[in-house]
Amino acid sequence: MSLGKEFTKGIIRENPLFRLTLGLCPSLAVTTSVENGLGMGAAFSAVLLASNITIALLRKIIPDSIRIPSFIVIIATFVTLIEMIMHAFAPDLFKSLGIYIPLIVVNCVILGRAEAFASKNSLMPSIMDGLGMGLGFTLALVIISAFREILGAGTFYGIPLFGASANPALIMILPPGGFITMGIILALMNKFQHDAK
Amino acid sequence: MNNESSLLLVSSSPHIRNTDSVPAAMRDVIIALLPALVASLYFFRMASLKVILTCVVVAVICEVVCRKVMKREASIHDNSAIVTGLLLAFCLPPAVPLWIAGIGAAVAIIIGKQLFGGLGNNIYNPALIGRAFLTAAWPVYMTTWSAPLDGVTTATPLGIIKEAGKLQALGDAGAAQELMKQLPALGDMLIGNIGGSLGETSALALIIGGLYLLYRGHIDWRIPFTYIGTVFILTTIIGLSTGQGMWYPLFHVLAGGLMIGAFFMATDWVTSPITKKGRIIFGLGCGLLTVLIRTKGGYPEGVCYSILLMNTVTPLIDRYTKSRVFGRVKNHA
Repeated sequence: MSLGKEFTKGIIRENPLFRLTLGLCPSLAVTTSVENGLGMGAAFSAVLLASNITIALLRKIIPDSIRIPSFIVIIATFVTLIEMIMHAFAPDLFKSLGIYIPLIVVNCVILGRAEAFASKNSLMPSIMDGLGMGLGFTLALVIISAFREILGAGTFYGIPLFGASANPALIMILPPGGFITMGIILALMNKFQHDAK
Repeated sequence: MNNESSLLLVSSSPHIRNTDSVPAAMRDVIIALLPALVASLYFFRMASLKVILTCVVVAVICEVVCRKVMKREASIHDNSAIVTGLLLAFCLPPAVPLWIAGIGAAVAIIIGKQLFGGLGNNIYNPALIGRAFLTAAWPVYMTTWSAPLDGVTTATPLGIIKEAGKLQALGDAGAAQELMKQLPALGDMLIGNIGGSLGETSALALIIGGLYLLYRGHIDWRIPFTYIGTVFILTTIIGLSTGQGMWYPLFHVLAGGLMIGAFFMATDWVTSPITKKGRIIFGLGCGLLTVLIRTKGGYPEGVCYSILLMNTVTPLIDRYTKSRVFGRVKNHA
């Protein structure tokens, strides 16, 4: 597979959220606003890229029987870094994402890419895979959060879209709204894939 | 009769057939809802008419459009969309803006029913899905109640009790007692001359409708009986132990959406258990959850959520109450 294809597969064809349905918990929890979705996507992508690079480089050194704990230690290192950086430079975002930043450690997409891709491939494909998957995940989060923020709060990236008289459906930024949005998007994705065949 | 059909017919079971059909059964449900409809039109006048028409029309349109878009067989003739629209309208406040009622009907039909595969495949009662959606989406509109006849903003009996309970907890017993004086008489609650959702205020009209459904054999007595019975027994215990006497359980049985919930929503053929034992468990669960939410929860009324929660466990109840199959050997040698 070419490097270009390793990059593009994560965006639609193997989109971690919409096609592999991995990492659902943080995606449903933080997508209450586009700002949160984008911030989460950025933090996630940075960790994924760094862990993919490290694991691809170390893949011949890490003994097979303890690879999962090793991956976790590597991922946790980068998550801690990102957490501290966010705390220092984006305190508001840090506050609104809360527990979901440390929880990136156990995000199944990152561990999944480490296990399924980076530990079996060399450096360049792993970088491309990390970038593509990160972009795909971020894109998915932004789509969900845009849908929820526009319907649930009447704003996009904090900018009011409708007049003051608008009555947004509060439910969309509450947990049920996350599930409804996710379900509808997955159903549409399946339908388009089915029609394309 | 031609020659062919008079020949001996060999077919597989079931051999006993009757003429019951889904459209006819749904028609009976609509007939059973008529007394409540009349009471609603009498007490809430134009407000009631507008909301009910909006809900029914939007529900029917959504049903037609959904089936078309999803390329499924048209299902409008089964009348179930009309029933869903009516039931949803009956659990909305009279002063609800019509666009909210319309969205509720659309959510009930599209998300609550058609996305699950249409009538017979829905896990939850569609009308209650619509109501739960609206309550979470526009809580202010969904909890602004108006009094019957004059339309002045008022509180529901259950809302008054909840508010009084909060005052009591804060130590303001005097204000709590003052508030309790606003509670309507039990007679008014029976007829429906109280604040509340459009079609759920008149317990009497709903009981008449429910009895009609029981008489026609469309619903099983087990669910409404155990549901209302559980609420009655639990609130009797609470009433007697807190010194409020027998007034308290009667109040809880007549208040809120218990009657419409017990007779028309908990008995939904699709979303309630099919075994007899299962139906009893279902009714008990609904009653327990309703009393819990009313007395301990954040909302004044718990009928909607209790039925939705029990809908969730309906498949489990059915699985564990399956009747024993006789004629099987327990352990194969």
